[in-house]
Amino acid sequence: MVQHGSKPSREIQKDPETLKLIQSSLRSLNEAISYAPHQVMLGNIYPDTLSELESPWYENPTDSNSHKGPHGEIVGEEIFYGLIKGVDDFGLVSIEESFAKRSYSEIKKMGYLTGDLLQKIEGVPVSEIENRLQEDNVLPLRLGTGETIGFISTDYAEDPSLSPDILLENLTVKATATMALNSVLESNGVDPETIDYVIGSGEEAIGDRYNRGGGNLAKAVAEAAGCMQSTGADIKAFCCAPVHATVVGGSLITSGVFPNIAVIGGCSLAKLGMKFQGHLKKGIPIMEDVLVGFAILLGPDDQVSPVLRLDSVGRHTVAAGSVQQKIVEALVQTPLSKVGLKFQDIGKYATEMHNPEITDTAGSGNVPQTNYRLIAALAALNGEIEKGAESRDAFVKTHGMPGFSPTQGHVASAIPFLGHALDDLKRGNYQYSMFLAKGSLFLGRMTHMSDGESFILEKNH
Amino acid sequence: MVVILGSPTPESAEIYAKTVTEGDPSWVGPLAGIALKLPVYHVLEPEVKNQFDQSLYDDQVGIMESVLDTDDLIKTVSKVRSEQ
Repeated sequence: MVQHGSKPSREIQKDPETLKLIQSSLRSLNEAISYAPHQVMLGNIYPDTLSELESPWYENPTDSNSHKGPHGEIVGEEIFYGLIKGVDDFGLVSIEESFAKRSYSEIKKMGYLTGDLLQKIEGVPVSEIENRLQEDNVLPLRLGTGETIGFISTDYAEDPSLSPDILLENLTVKATATMALNSVLESNGVDPETIDYVIGSGEEAIGDRYNRGGGNLAKAVAEAAGCMQSTGADIKAFCCAPVHATVVGGSLITSGVFPNIAVIGGCSLAKLGMKFQGHLKKGIPIMEDVLVGFAILLGPDDQVSPVLRLDSVGRHTVAAGSVQQKIVEALVQTPLSKVGLKFQDIGKYATEMHNPEITDTAGSGNVPQTNYRLIAALAALNGEIEKGAESRDAFVKTHGMPGFSPTQGHVASAIPFLGHALDDLKRGNYQYSMFLAKGSLFLGRMTHMSDGESFILEKNH
Repeated sequence: MVVILGSPTPESAEIYAKTVTEGDPSWVGPLAGIALKLPVYHVLEPEVKNQFDQSLYDDQVGIMESVLDTDDLIKTVSKVRSEQ
């Protein structure tokens, strides 16, 4: 799929030879599974452990070759293409018949995807794929090896909002979010029929020429996941949307509107290979090679699960402006003082969790480290810790963690730590965890502002 | 005309500093191959810092001095400038 990322597809168009370079720098599924940051995503390794592992992580695979963990599952291309076919309600995707059979049986083995999705995984003869690929407006679907196993087309060639590349982007979002939601429902023993409302928090624009970005992928995913008694809506706020969606979800429960809510976020196909040129230049694998989806279940107090403190919600107001210090004050300091907590009362802060091995090697810096240092600097300004690099670094080590999330936009914003935070809070490792996310609104050219929101999770007493 | 950077890492500061002096080193943007030769500074450099009202600087930029690798940033941008 990396070739369909925004940056790779633009570069391949300029120079078709780039495709070969990309293909020769991709990781295998096993390499992606044993990659330490991915094991953290799955919940098999705690984030802090990363700083004890030898780096670079891409050269030092972990012993764990488990594709599953308490927080998720990683699957390869065979299953993924089958999933895209399984969530395609409009016959846009075609995959080769023997590939489709293998894919079907692998997805069936996973055990948690619904019958309707499975029934749609049917293939077509190779000759049909070869013929259709001669036409305009048909995009090939290839494996990492370069082998073509299918294609995606459009049912309305005149509409740029329904072009094959955009439909592929949106179907990958639907597929990853559906897989995540079904997986979370199954692992928590929750009947999909009990979900009342699904909130989508991804960034992708779903709609046609008259309503580009019209949205409500949430309801499409609710249907694919078998949540037949629910409706839903999307919340759009760039990378900040998952935190907005969680706060809205908690508020709907507390106000009694809907008792059981799922917050979902699909993947971001556009961001695959976003920094591939930096990685190629350094002779390292293209590490933006995975798509991530997530799902969060919210419900009334069960006396066990950590509590979403709605009185702790922090927001980056319009008036706060764009100075980093003011943003972190608004997202961290103000909510802490509102609920009478100190910086060090928060066991762990979850911020933008981008894996520094991906960003640092391409000149974008260590995003979580900068965020944690900012929080530490504010703690020092407030006299809670000593000033100076030593106490700053000690604060960061205790209350922060190394980044481990794939650079999948909204996915990377705080949410990847949620599974670990729930474990920590249930075990009583600490009392509070704070989640803060920021969104780059200026990318849409409608404002120069950014955005942010935060909330605190508390151990259930 | 002087260009003032606020880039958070030495690597990104170097790319932007070179972009406005010798031309975009990554060759992806519109300034690829165009040498503007503009004087470029990072906002954390003393030459820039001393021009500000100090309390305003502390309020808006001060905290980033303790967060970013200030010495490396200054070294990187002043090196690009001196190579002009």
